[in-house]
Amino acid sequence: MPNTIVARDLRKRYGDVRAVDGVTLSVEEGEFFGILGPNGAGKTTTLEIIEGLRQADSGEVTVFGRSPWPRDPALLPRIGVQLQASSFFERLTAREQLRTFGSLYGVPDRKADAMLETVGLTEKADTPVEKLSGGQAQRLSIACALVHEPELVFLDEPTAALDPQARRNLWDVLRAINTEGRTIVLTTHYMDEAETLCDRVAIIDRGRILRSGAPATLVRGLDAATRISVAGGVLSEDEARALPGVDDITDDGVSLVIVTRDPSSVVAALAGRGALDGVQIKGATLEDVFLELTGREYRA
Amino acid sequence: MSSFRSLARAMFLGFRRDRGALFFTIALPLLFLVIIGGIFARQSTPRSKVLEIGSVPIVDRMPADMRAGIDRSLKFTRSSDRNAALEKVRKGDYAAAIEQSGDRLVVHFSAADQVKSGTVQGQFEGLVQAANQAASGRPPKYRLEAQQVEDRSLKPIQYITPGLLGWALASAGMFGASTTLVTWRTKGLLRRLRLSPVPIRSVFAARVTVSLGVALVQTALFLGVATMPFFGLKLAHYWWMAIPMVLCGVLAFLALGMLIGSWAKTQEAAQGVTQIVVLPMAFLGGSFFNIDDAPRWLRIISEIFPLRHLNSGMLKVLVRGEGPASVLPQMGVLLGFALVATLIAVRVFRWEQI
Repeated sequence: MPNTIVARDLRKRYGDVRAVDGVTLSVEEGEFFGILGPNGAGKTTTLEIIEGLRQADSGEVTVFGRSPWPRDPALLPRIGVQLQASSFFERLTAREQLRTFGSLYGVPDRKADAMLETVGLTEKADTPVEKLSGGQAQRLSIACALVHEPELVFLDEPTAALDPQARRNLWDVLRAINTEGRTIVLTTHYMDEAETLCDRVAIIDRGRILRSGAPATLVRGLDAATRISVAGGVLSEDEARALPGVDDITDDGVSLVIVTRDPSSVVAALAGRGALDGVQIKGATLEDVFLELTGREYRA
Repeated sequence: MSSFRSLARAMFLGFRRDRGALFFTIALPLLFLVIIGGIFARQSTPRSKVLEIGSVPIVDRMPADMRAGIDRSLKFTRSSDRNAALEKVRKGDYAAAIEQSGDRLVVHFSAADQVKSGTVQGQFEGLVQAANQAASGRPPKYRLEAQQVEDRSLKPIQYITPGLLGWALASAGMFGASTTLVTWRTKGLLRRLRLSPVPIRSVFAARVTVSLGVALVQTALFLGVATMPFFGLKLAHYWWMAIPMVLCGVLAFLALGMLIGSWAKTQEAAQGVTQIVVLPMAFLGGSFFNIDDAPRWLRIISEIFPLRHLNSGMLKVLVRGEGPASVLPQMGVLLGFALVATLIAVRVFRWEQI
């Protein structure tokens, strides 16, 4: 598959801060690519360099084989960028907003209205953007990025500050877009989001890519322990400790959690005792990978 | 072209739905016009009030034609209490108090209002002389013949209308441009537009077009109100030259606003700086009073403000009846101002917040 984005050794500094410090990545056509990192990791700056909003101090980037900097009007219709949910014309309704953005790309009004349907905002068509809820505004801003049917879509933390329903709803929209064959690059700090949506992720911190690959591959590579929890009282702590392959036990009365790197032996032993009722098995997640790589200390 | 049109439409709708902007650019200046115009519209110099202490035969027995002349400028009230009468003059409630004892007419006046007291003294001097002349029994040798010339001095409504209109155009243009630019940048709309294939100059051209349209609406409303019989503005022959004049002026204001908006980081900074420019410009530009009466140094300073040139050009074509060519210098200055401010704005322009 041809690479849609190729970035090599991108660097950008603001004063003493190395916002992007040698980022190399490539995104294939049709891929759903996630850039993960804590706040201030350099996700947004990386994205802005690739979009052509900022010039890198050094390094190379091509999008569809062309340089996004300086502004290339031939490249722009092929990409769609979703910025903050507030990047709208003031006091226009959702429909007017979308039609105006559509017209910038020569998209007829009819098609713009259809996009409103795609993101589920038909009922809010005549609502001024200032009166939309956070999730609705977010969906509208994504619709504005998609209205001209770009081949490559950039989404910068599209689900930040959304409630769980709105997030799920948006995920469905994004999956549908990706299924149509569009390449999507998204930044997020929600690990579950990246794990469900992305084909491949790059974990970035302090301006560097720490690791990249498919979420499942990253999780497996972590060699993390599995946590098996059984209902409290089914098994005593001593009995549990005697099971094969157990690393650690915690019992809070409600449930007893067995930490193991050999889950199949533990589960088989539990099955032999008929203690599988209400059992929960939790493997490592992308979040564990992320915390392993970026550390657990709190950063403001 | 269609993207230009839809951008202009979007910006126009944004303006039309902005009640605050509508109030400040249209309603407030019109309100000023109505109030100030209304104050001056019916204004005539009020008659001076004069107290008669006791009986004053020289006034009471005046011939009727003379009495009619006097009554146009003086209003007599009788008073029997001399001290009270003098006190009223002292307080300035009455311009003068008169009393007659025998052949002596005494005029008590205060110097509080020199024009009024002068008028009153002159009137009674004339009255006494006329009485003396009549007492001599001979026909008068000299006669005064008064001939009115056509009044060419500016009536208040005549300089207030172009002045307030200029102020309205300046605030609308400058606040519109500066705050729009900052809002677009802080909300990320500017970068979003930069990522669209539409040339950014089309975006700005659309905004300028909307502002010019709004300015023409402001002008039409202003002239419409001021020419109503109550306010009594009479438009001069070449009044339509006000249209290109307004367009040139608004271009200068927009350029100045964009310069401020390019520089300012926050909405508050943009509004503050714009206000700092607009208010002195409105005063020195002659929007609220006739700057020709101001001291020379102030008039020279006022030349740096585009509003001054717009106002003087508008006065020429709207009121003074001068020909279209007479305002070419003003239009040239305004366009030059717009060009220079735009060039500087382009240099300080920033796409991004940081």
